[in-house]
Amino acid sequence: MDINDLRSIYTLLAFVTFVGIIWWAYSAKRKRSFDEAARSVLDDDAPGAEKK
Amino acid sequence: MQSQATYNYKVVRQFAVMTVIWGIVGMLVGVIIAAQLVWPELNVHEYLSYGRLRPLHTNAVIFAFGGCALFATSFYVVQRTCHTPLFAPGLATFIFWAWQLVIVLAAVSLPLGFTSGKEYAELEWPIDLLIAVIWVSYAIVFFGTIGTRKTPHIYVANWFYGAFIIAVALLHIINSAATPVFAEGLLTPKSYSAYSGVQDAMIQWWYGHNAVGFFLTAAFLGMMYYFVPKQAGRPVYSYRLSVVHFWALIFTYMWAGPHHLHYTALPDWTQSLGMVFSLILLAPSWGGMINGIMTLSGAWHKLRDDPILKFLIVSLSFYGMSTFEGPMMSIKTVNALSHYTDWTVGHVHSGALGWVGMVSIGAIYYLIPRLFGKPEMYSVKLINVHFWLATLGTVLYIAALWISGVMQGLMWRATNADGTLTYAFVESVRASYPFWTIRVIGGVLYLAGMFLMAYNMFKTIASGKAVDNAPVLAPAGAH
Repeated sequence: MDINDLRSIYTLLAFVTFVGIIWWAYSAKRKRSFDEAARSVLDDDAPGAEKK
Repeated sequence: MQSQATYNYKVVRQFAVMTVIWGIVGMLVGVIIAAQLVWPELNVHEYLSYGRLRPLHTNAVIFAFGGCALFATSFYVVQRTCHTPLFAPGLATFIFWAWQLVIVLAAVSLPLGFTSGKEYAELEWPIDLLIAVIWVSYAIVFFGTIGTRKTPHIYVANWFYGAFIIAVALLHIINSAATPVFAEGLLTPKSYSAYSGVQDAMIQWWYGHNAVGFFLTAAFLGMMYYFVPKQAGRPVYSYRLSVVHFWALIFTYMWAGPHHLHYTALPDWTQSLGMVFSLILLAPSWGGMINGIMTLSGAWHKLRDDPILKFLIVSLSFYGMSTFEGPMMSIKTVNALSHYTDWTVGHVHSGALGWVGMVSIGAIYYLIPRLFGKPEMYSVKLINVHFWLATLGTVLYIAALWISGVMQGLMWRATNADGTLTYAFVESVRASYPFWTIRVIGGVLYLAGMFLMAYNMFKTIASGKAVDNAPVLAPAGAH
């Protein structure tokens, strides 16, 4: 096994990791906490500073 | 109770004000060198000649204007989204003053002719060392704040800022590795790259392209993910998409650099690899653009009378345009026409003026009133005028250079039936003058907008009062 086999394995691992990230991000379980995270920034302004 | 703790707005304020100041300086130098191309007699002295001022322009707009905007917004965003004051505030103060020192040293040393010759990394080794110290301090402050957060989740904007900080440390330290030469004394710094030949070129463009990818893209996407939802008053369109396109950018950007070295001594397979990864980049780039623009879905009417939102959303349209154009230009056959022509310069400015400039301007307009205790900027009308000046300036600039770029590419490659060149190089220069003149006009418009911004900012500051008592938000509970 030479260094190019390791490089191929690394490329495959990176791809599998990325597919795993997609699966993780789009699993139904995560939806609620993601929605909360997305809304969290909107609650953070000091009163009076927000114009809308 | 944390109720007595207040956010560190001082360093945000300092960086926000300097963003506008350095923006004017950097863009003014840009207008000067654009004018020098049209009227060469403007090269009045070697210190002020095109070759010396051009790196000053790029360094000033990227690292002084863009850098200050990123420091200001990242320090603001990380504190507020983590519900905790800035970690190591003393270090943050050091970062501000040291960064200003780097900018001043660049403004002195580049016109004097001190350069390592690497594009976007021209500064000589003593300044490079100072930048490395600042960057490590930045990482300590930023990740220290995240480490002491009072929220269960790390908001996506911080992921983008964090990736930018880590990647730029890596890029800067590796690409700037050099052997100093002391032959002419300490005050005339000179160094030679640690790498040679095509490896040196590849490392330089691995740096160069990732400076685009992580400094000018990832970091400003972090800005977008905070300020677009805030200004629109709506959560980001798809949080899932933000996670996926973040990792897609991270996995892909590092490999796109070879497209800067098409048809050079770089091995052919490396060029093709760079081209393929550049094409793949279209997907995550547009993921970010769509996510930002769609955040406004159902609230498009807000665009009508909110010039800050106009800046932010139009910046995303320019981001979409330039990240479509970029992959196209990385295709080797297209690159054969576009490379070394004005098309490249036009492409860069569609990203720089349109995306990076406008998103920063929008974010700073959002910040200034909040940092100085005002409900809004001194004049919202002037923001609107600024918006149209900036948009018109950008469109004039990039349209002119598209035309001159394609024209130059076609003239350079044209051959007669007997194989000789149809045009001498100087004929393509002469044909470019009208477009270079339009570029000067576009640049002047964009710069004029920045002057309006400075006026608006100082008027806002004059009637406001520095906010130093913004209470830290209560810890957010885990679920």
